[in-house]
Amino acid sequence: MTTLDLPPVAASEPAGPAGPAGADADPAPPRPEIKVRLGGVTRDDVFTVAGSLVGSLALNWMLYERILPFSGAFGFLVCWYLLFLAGYFVLGRLQWGRLMVRDRLVSVVAWSSGLLVVALIADQIGYVASRGFEAAQHLNFFTESMEQTAALSPITSGGALNAIVGSLEQLGLATLFAVPLGIAAAIFMSEVGGRMARPVRTLVEAMTALPSIVAGLFVLGVVIITLGFDKSGFAASLALTVMMMPIVTRAAEVVIRLVPGTLREASYALGGSQWRTVWNVVLPTARPGLVTAVVLGMARGIGETSPVLLTSGFTSQFNADPFHEHQVSLPLYIWNYVKQPYPDMIARAFAAGLTLMVLVLVLFVTARVLGGRRPGELTRRQRRRIDREARRAEASARSTVPTAVQSAAVHPAAAHAATPAAVHPAAVHPAAALPGSS
Amino acid sequence: MTAAAEPAAPYAGAPGQPDRGPDKDVPRIITAPATPGDRVFRGVLRIAGYSVFAIMGLIAFFLILRGTDALRSVGWSFLTEEKWQTAAHNFGIAAVLPNGLLIAVIALVIAVPVALSTAIFISEYAPVRLRAALVSLVDLMAAIPSIIYGLWGLFFLQPRIIGFVRWLANHFGDAIPFLKVRTGDIGTSYTSSTFIAGVVVSLMIIPIVTSLSREVFSQAPQGEREGAYALGSTRWGMVRTVVLPFGRGGVIGAIMLGFGRAMGETIAVALIISPNFKTITHILENGANSISALIALRFGESDALSLSALMAAGLVLFALTLLVNVAAGFVINRSRSGASTAD
Repeated sequence: MTTLDLPPVAASEPAGPAGPAGADADPAPPRPEIKVRLGGVTRDDVFTVAGSLVGSLALNWMLYERILPFSGAFGFLVCWYLLFLAGYFVLGRLQWGRLMVRDRLVSVVAWSSGLLVVALIADQIGYVASRGFEAAQHLNFFTESMEQTAALSPITSGGALNAIVGSLEQLGLATLFAVPLGIAAAIFMSEVGGRMARPVRTLVEAMTALPSIVAGLFVLGVVIITLGFDKSGFAASLALTVMMMPIVTRAAEVVIRLVPGTLREASYALGGSQWRTVWNVVLPTARPGLVTAVVLGMARGIGETSPVLLTSGFTSQFNADPFHEHQVSLPLYIWNYVKQPYPDMIARAFAAGLTLMVLVLVLFVTARVLGGRRPGELTRRQRRRIDREARRAEASARSTVPTAVQSAAVHPAAAHAATPAAVHPAAVHPAAALPGSS
Repeated sequence: MTAAAEPAAPYAGAPGQPDRGPDKDVPRIITAPATPGDRVFRGVLRIAGYSVFAIMGLIAFFLILRGTDALRSVGWSFLTEEKWQTAAHNFGIAAVLPNGLLIAVIALVIAVPVALSTAIFISEYAPVRLRAALVSLVDLMAAIPSIIYGLWGLFFLQPRIIGFVRWLANHFGDAIPFLKVRTGDIGTSYTSSTFIAGVVVSLMIIPIVTSLSREVFSQAPQGEREGAYALGSTRWGMVRTVVLPFGRGGVIGAIMLGFGRAMGETIAVALIISPNFKTITHILENGANSISALIALRFGESDALSLSALMAAGLVLFALTLLVNVAAGFVINRSRSGASTAD
């Protein structure tokens, strides 16, 4: 725009809003550039999809309900979908070429499988929520245990307090064991490295997919059979640790590896030892990601049924002591009551399922919210604070040394490691180069 | 040890530079002396890293230790016996193992097409603004506990899928033998089958296969994509010639990982099936089994031999899944390093 003063080529612009009215009076008005839409959905596309949807629905209804001896909602949907694809193919073939029809057909399949996955999740959550509400709407579900509740007691008696407390305690213990171990293993792989890092990584990946029942069997074999302890919440938390640790490790390693190497080098250049660097620079920088790793591990741990099934032992009593006696948790509660032939018991199991799902959802959303930022990426508040400090430093630097440090987004973690001014040039975070971050 | 040998060790002078003049610059080799604190620190980390070996080793050791009794009492017939009568010293995994594998195979047959097209959808077709949300949603699907899948499969899916199963059995049963149902056309002939368990397990491995494949698909190089478009390709043509070949290794790895997960799936299967101990040849019939479901349903038997037999079965499951998962890990890692693209 600065070198050539030609008006934009008119032909490249579709019939959008024409130039200003007084174009002849003002020979070269800077016309706003209109982006040409290359893709997008045309009306034809929409009507083709809608037409084949409606047509196949009508045909399917006729065939399925009136002519052929089929039944069941599932089969109806499957047939509808197949008819829809066929109808769409025919409709497309009427207007487009072979290549184009194939392209459209694939994109319709891709869209529908995406929608299918979304629908499945929505259906699961919705179904468990609606079935669970029957028992969960009574407050006693959250304030009572099952001691006084017989098989045919009304829904207004008994609840899952014992299971909720048990789940939280077992999860807490397992987190206590799994998180230090998991994060330390992640630091080992990314910071210490060496020949053994790769085998450890491979094994961690294999361990992530360890069948949960095997973890339960392992703890059953070691703690309960060999060492002779009773089944307890503590044993369950050990089994959960085996399940959670690799998840924490894998997620933590990914974020630790994303910490920019310049931060580490800055710390080393200042004479920091390795453990100082890891403790004061790497870990604080990766903190949001690490929290995400922990929370994802917790979300996995709280829902594991089979390890708990084998190790904690079922009880209908309230037991807040994870080290002695059996202790029930939410998955085990569901497992136990859903197999009973009483509608109220199944309703309680669904309510426990709803509670479990809400806990998982809360953990998951927490992980997403915290994990939305890359390591070292700053929150708005942090950025404002750094800007303020940088301005102040600049003002004071101008009064003393003219060519002082540039005001750049210094990471607070690096600033902790040494005096801020010394760290500035090396520790400029890449985020500072991104638009809108400073 | 030289610090330069380790990527993340303290920065040790300039990396090896090519000689730039007549007087060759040879980089100084600087070793950073590790402080005592560092030595302790690395030692602790190393222990944490090796603890993974320790845990996996202990799992194998204790499963072998506890399973020996059972293996010794029945010998090789553990691999050839179909029944599971521990009191009569007559048990084996000849039925349970293949039946479990069958569930996993059915799950894969259903999950892989859906997962791959969902992965392609998320990485290629979905509006950019929706992508992050879809990725989170798939991850959420992976985070939903298996007992919830079991509840949903047992109470929601099973009553609704029976009509479809009956239709399959009645219309294709004569043509395709394994779809036949020999127990008569009553409602319970169609429930608790290998097929229904496979459908539920397929839902649980869809997110695993989807997220891994999506990851490799989205790494397909932008230049090659644009090249395909510039040659006049449609979007599907681009996906078929650029994205899919690029992601092949990762997809294979993802499918193997999904298979490993499907083999180990316990609770949802145990909730749905009604266990039997015959090798299953007709997948739509009532009755199914898998090693993990067997363990979950039978661990309450109190005598030592029963538990030992379950430990032996668990050992087989552990060895199989470890094998599949490590192999999958190798395949995925190779595909990540770009070995499958010619560049």
